Formats: sequence, structure tokens, C-alpha cells
Amino acid sequence: MKIKLKIWRQKNAKTKGIFVNYSLDDVSPEMSFLEMLDALNTKLIEEGGDPVAFDHDCREGICGCCSLYINGHPHGPGEKTTTCELHIRSFKDGETIVIEPWRAKSFPVIKDLIVDRNAFDKIIAAGGFISVGTGSASEANSILAKKEHADEAFDSASCIGCGACVAACKNASAMLFVSAKISQLALLPQGKVEAMERVEAMVAKMDELGFGNCTNTYACEAECPKGIKITNIARMNRHFIGAKIGSQIKQ
Amino acid sequence: MIKSGLSISSITKKIIMALLGLFLIVFLLVHLGINLFILPICEDHAEMYTAAAHFMSTNWIVKVFEVILMAAFLIHIYYGIVLQIQNWIARGSIRYKSRNKTTTSFMSKYVIYTGLLIFMFLLLHFYNFYFIKLGLVSAPKAAKIPLPQEEHFYELIVWLFTNDMIFSIIYIIAFIVLGIHLKHAFEAAFQTLGLNHSKYTPVINAIGTIYSIIVPLGFIIIPVYFILFV
Ligand code: SF4
Ligand code: FES
Repeated sequence: MKIKLKIWRQKNAKTKGIFVNYSLDDVSPEMSFLEMLDALNTKLIEEGGDPVAFDHDCREGICGCCSLYINGHPHGPGEKTTTCELHIRSFKDGETIVIEPWRAKSFPVIKDLIVDRNAFDKIIAAGGFISVGTGSASEANSILAKKEHADEAFDSASCIGCGACVAACKNASAMLFVSAKISQLALLPQGKVEAMERVEAMVAKMDELGFGNCTNTYACEAECPKGIKITNIARMNRHFIGAKIGSQIKQ
Repeated sequence: MIKSGLSISSITKKIIMALLGLFLIVFLLVHLGINLFILPICEDHAEMYTAAAHFMSTNWIVKVFEVILMAAFLIHIYYGIVLQIQNWIARGSIRYKSRNKTTTSFMSKYVIYTGLLIFMFLLLHFYNFYFIKLGLVSAPKAAKIPLPQEEHFYELIVWLFTNDMIFSIIYIIAFIVLGIHLKHAFEAAFQTLGLNHSKYTPVINAIGTIYSIIVPLGFIIIPVYFILFV
């Protein structure tokens, strides 16, 4: 297969970037998208050029490292797939593929297609945890959890923190990510204890870092590679209201 | 005050918008109820409409309500604009080159623009009626509305709809736009308030759809009646 590529190249955070055209004449439809980029980079290195920088790690859709805004879709076309799970067979022979980094003020470009997603870590650090020593594993039945809640918490926990929701959202809102992280803890007994403080702290951090405000277009849900649902956002809003008007212990 | 209004949390802003939006949605129903008396639905409909309009401009409870209503409009619009500006800033200075292909409803995507159009219509509406009531402007001379003009809104409306085709067209378009705005806003308000339920959300969405079709249609019927039958 032949493909044409239009890739965003940017030396570092300070310089201006531009689109550069490349073409690959001999890609197999069976190749994964990242393998295709590897092939491009090998070619660039052989020619003495600078390889395209892009994030990747597990290459099996579990780490959340890969990103890329491909032809108008975060993680490319195809539902519930990460870029690393995407294959060249999803594209037509001779097609031009436009590859851009996530675009959000809170995700500045570091180099080429790599953006700094530290903002997500900062939100987690603001409250996305349980502040008790866990010690050794306790008897499984000592804390009871409803099966439905456990299942929902698990679904929320499957968010890999990739940032596609921010990239897809016209407002660069991080609410799907934040609400998934809030839900995975708040749905279970151990996490419920600090649920109120957590939602306030994480939302405040999200605002401070300059993410946008959800206007309920649900682009995030449509593009999330893990199928995280907007019901998480409703839950976050609900908990937020509870935290604001509910009684709290004064320190 | 403006500063503290800006610094409140993103979700608080959204909740304020949602609550005020729902309040305006209820108000719109009352407004439609009164407006329908412009149509010959019963024998003394014109008198009843005038009586209702009179009640609306003299009763003190209504007057207090009027202030609350104005505030609701202004705050809803204010936060709509504030959130939009923050959202533009959040995207950053460089935009995507490829057009976004995510499937979302256009009603949700363009809610700020439908909102702005409705705001413009609201200003026109104020100019045509509310400012007359306040005594700030007077009705067009050609309409020959007797004084005091606020007691003769029925005549004014009939004149506007029968003589001013452009007014009627703007009026009809405004309510179509309002329907589009509400279709998104109704559901979104409940989502923002966290009122999400596997059983009730589809019901709420259905009510939202029905509301956003029926209510604007109710308003639109009035000029259509005058254009076609008078
Ligand atoms: S919610 Fe989905 S799109 Fe957003 S960070 Fe998590 S996995 Fe990625
Ligand atoms: S590289 Fe780990 S999810 Fe794609």
C-alpha cells in the first residue's frame, strides 16, 4: 500500500511547528499504525533526518501513552481503539493521513507529536487517591461492596488517562477523565470515605490547570478508546453539589 | 462581584446556568399560555389577553417576579459567554488542521450561537413590547395604538403580525432557533445537575424533545395564523 503523510513537526516547546509531507510506498495493510511510523522513522534515520517523536509504550491499548489526532479523530478512526491498536487496513490505498498532536492549552507540545500530559498527574495528585496505609491484604469479605458498584467502578477505572477526551472536546474539557477517576474510587467503600473532599480538590485543580468547561456535546464519550461513559460526569456533578451543600467537618 | 462570579468553579457556573435555564423554560410555558389568547380560541380572547397583560404589568408579585426573571436572563447569558471564552482559551492558540470528525449533535455544538441569536431576538422583543411597557419607547406611529399603549398590546401584536412581514419572519425564525437551543439545553441541564438515571433519563430526554418542538410551535402558530387567515 502507498500512503501519504502530513505530520506536525515541532522542534521543542518554544519553537513554532509546521506540517511536513512524507510518503511511504511499501506499507502492509497488516501493519499497526505505530509500526508504520516506525518504518517512516527508520527511513528518516537512514536518510540522515530527524525521526518523528511520538508517545508509545505498551502498544496493546492499556497504558494510555499513545495519542495522535489522526484525520480529525483522536486515536484515529474506529471505535474504542487506541492509536497503537489501529491498523493501516483502516485507511485507503493512496490516502493522505494527517497526524497532529493533542491540541489543548493544558497539554503543551514538547516535540513533534508528543504533548506534556503532566496536568493529568497533577489532577490525580490533588485527590485521586485514598489516604490510608493499606498494610497487608485484609480478608476479602471484611468490607462488602455491591457487585453492581464494583462493576461500575471497574468500568470507570478502565480509563487509561490518554487525554483523547480533552483532544476531542471542542472546549478541551477534562471532565470525562476527572469524573472517571472520581467514580472509580467513590463507588467503592474504601473510596467513599473521602469522596466529597476528593471531588472538590480534583475539580479545583482541573480548573486551575486551564481545562475547558463541559458543554455536554459528548464528543469525549464518542472518542474515548475505553468507552468511558458520560454518566461518570453526571456522577461527578452530583457529588460536587453534595460536597458544596452537604455538611462537612470543619478543620 | 464580577470577579467572584468568575472565580467560582467550572461546575458551579454550569449548575447556575442549568438552574436558571430550567427556570426560564418554566417561564416560557407561562408566557405561551398567555400568548395563545391572541388567537381566537374563545369568544372574548382579546379581552382575556389584555386582562392577563394588565395583570402582568400591575400586580406587585409579578413585578418582583419580573426582576428575578431579568436577573435570570442576564446571569444565564453572562455565564454562557464566560464559559465560552474560557473554552476558547482552553483549546490553545493552535487549532487542529483536520476538521473534527467526531459525531456529536450540531444542536450541542452550536448552542452558544443559537443562544446569541435568541439574545438578539430578546432585545428586539424588549424594544417592541417591554420598553413600551416601561415607557421608554412608543409603538410605531403607523400602528395608531391608543394611549396608554401598554394597555393595547393586543392591537399592537395584531398590527405587527399583519403589517410587518419581516417582523413575522424574524419571529418565526427566532422560535425555530429557540427550539434547537432547547433541544440540547433541556437534556444538558439535567446532566449538569447530575440527575442521571438509567430509567428516568430517557423520559427526561423525551420530555425535552416534546417541549422543544411543541412550545416554539405554539408561539409560531400565532404569526402563521395572522399571515394566513387575517
Ligand atoms: S476518559 Fe477515555 S479518552 Fe479520557 S483519558 Fe480516560 S481513556 Fe482516555
Ligand atoms: S501505547 Fe499503550 S495504550 Fe497505546
